[in-house]
Amino acid sequence: MSETIGNVWVFIEQEGGKIAGVSLQLVSKGRELADRLGVKLEGILLGNNVAGCAKELYQYGCDKVILAEDPRLEPFTVMPYAKVIMDLIRERKPNILLFGATLKGRELAPRVASEKMAGLTADCTSLEIDDFDDKRNQKFYKDKLMQIRPAFGGNIIATIVNTWDDPQMVTVREGVMKLGEADPSRTGELEKVEVKLSDAETVVKVIERVRADKEVDLQGAQIIVSGGYGVGSKENFKLIHALAEAIGGEVAASRAAVDAGWISHDYQVGQTGVTVRPRLYIACGISGAIQHRAGMSESKKIIAINNDPNAPIFSCAHYAIVGDLNAVIPQMIKAFKAKQ
Amino acid sequence: MSYKVLVFVKQVPDTQNISGDAMTPEGTVNRAALPAIFNPEDLNALEMALDIKDRFGAEVIVATMGMPAAAEVLRQSIYRGADRAILVTDRALAGADTLATSYTLSCCAKYVGNCDLILCGRQAIDGDTAQVGPQIAEKLKIPQLCYVEEVKNIAGGKITARRAIEGGYEILESPMPALLTVIDANLPRPMNAKRIMKYKRAKTPSEIAKAVPDAEQAAAVKAELAAKGLLITELNASDIKAAPERIGFPGSPTKVKQVMSVVLTAGEAKKIEPTAAGIAGLIHELISDHTLG
Repeated sequence: MSETIGNVWVFIEQEGGKIAGVSLQLVSKGRELADRLGVKLEGILLGNNVAGCAKELYQYGCDKVILAEDPRLEPFTVMPYAKVIMDLIRERKPNILLFGATLKGRELAPRVASEKMAGLTADCTSLEIDDFDDKRNQKFYKDKLMQIRPAFGGNIIATIVNTWDDPQMVTVREGVMKLGEADPSRTGELEKVEVKLSDAETVVKVIERVRADKEVDLQGAQIIVSGGYGVGSKENFKLIHALAEAIGGEVAASRAAVDAGWISHDYQVGQTGVTVRPRLYIACGISGAIQHRAGMSESKKIIAINNDPNAPIFSCAHYAIVGDLNAVIPQMIKAFKAKQ
Repeated sequence: MSYKVLVFVKQVPDTQNISGDAMTPEGTVNRAALPAIFNPEDLNALEMALDIKDRFGAEVIVATMGMPAAAEVLRQSIYRGADRAILVTDRALAGADTLATSYTLSCCAKYVGNCDLILCGRQAIDGDTAQVGPQIAEKLKIPQLCYVEEVKNIAGGKITARRAIEGGYEILESPMPALLTVIDANLPRPMNAKRIMKYKRAKTPSEIAKAVPDAEQAAAVKAELAAKGLLITELNASDIKAAPERIGFPGSPTKVKQVMSVVLTAGEAKKIEPTAAGIAGLIHELISDHTLG
């Protein structure tokens, strides 16, 4: 191929100048992909007064930050963001574009992909560079992005390749890619670009906006004690808190416990919650539906406590305790305190 | 005035409730054994459309792209209160990814014409991509309001709606036409018994052809149902003026290189007895290897 390939881009999501965790994780992954392809890694940063984010992006691996600042880019609305990104894609032809599978990313990426007529794969769990020999169409593609994702409720894992226009676009959920080490000595180039918006992209008005930062950061937790429907009641969830407190961990929950109203959604682990990879994950009264396992199966050690010996959670556990959590948890607290 | 509201729905395999019957002995899913259901968030979208009809006056049209059997979700929509239904079905649509699907549905929206609002569920449980809604909006060059929980008001050619954002909510105001993706934030009304009695014979031409093999008889049944308002509209790709190169497999940029079934293997979990001694041993092991403490 005589054609040079484009760079790897990461859409940098920020809220009030604070970079989303998933964006930094994607910068780490993007760095790997860019090195493999021998191209540059560029962060696409949109907002107003957000230039301060650039330093952190260099430290995690960006060679360059492309900065688009305009008052109309705060707060986030999808159409102006899509317009700015489309203008940049047309001008610079990136090879790969990664988005966090956040609420923002999941409405922005498809709007951009639709206009560019590019493929888009949602919620990838792994990204690799490989060749694709499309036997059906008798075409060979070199160095394409292998977009690996669960499908069909998590019951199959599919490897998907975009065969049309670049960029090859994907979304990735928070916590799925590992955050690399920041290198404080690493620097990069900041390029400010002109924002061209017309009335057509700014027709949607934000009348009111109410948000608060999450109550808890499960991403960074090294020890997590998680409760499911088997805990039985909101009252009984105290047991989960007690164990977490005793061993210095964070409390989390399965969707069933959140849906039952025992704890807020901020604490939910799984496909529609947070993906975690702590040193220790203790699943208490969690049956272990595939949607939950998708969010915690990468934990280094997993203890499952469940009175049903056939609960699917045991299939990904390292330690299986078949028994009543009401008896087991107090014994764990007692045993831990005794050893200290 | 009465608004025109188009709701896109999908019939999906019930991936959320996979029972033992649907598992093969190898631990993979037998898709054929999964029941076909109304995609859950599309029911929320339909409810929102019917609520708009109740509050502001609207004609509610439900459309789906799928196999002929997907007519079932259209009938269920009519039982709940939809005014009419459209099935887009064509072998040429097979193998569509989200780009080809959104193109096809945007052609369907143009066929219906002059919609004030297009509603769909945020995502379908068989793919969980949430991409088709925003892509339809882009193809029609109209605003998209995603993750809508509640319509606040419709007046003066504008819609005001509350939608979820990370850690909170927003009230957005948008000119119409606009596309809304709807999340699980309302309670879909049940099917209405009177409407079931009235519309249970509603059928698509494909269903009539299957039930009545004789062409002449089938035509008579079709005419009879049409006269009674019981014929569900059925369209193919050329009816909605969809370009052949942009639909189905040829219109899909993403290709599946490989598919692997997730096999639930019997874990190599170490069994810990739920006794004081068993648990003390576990805690000791975790402290020794620095997992704890």
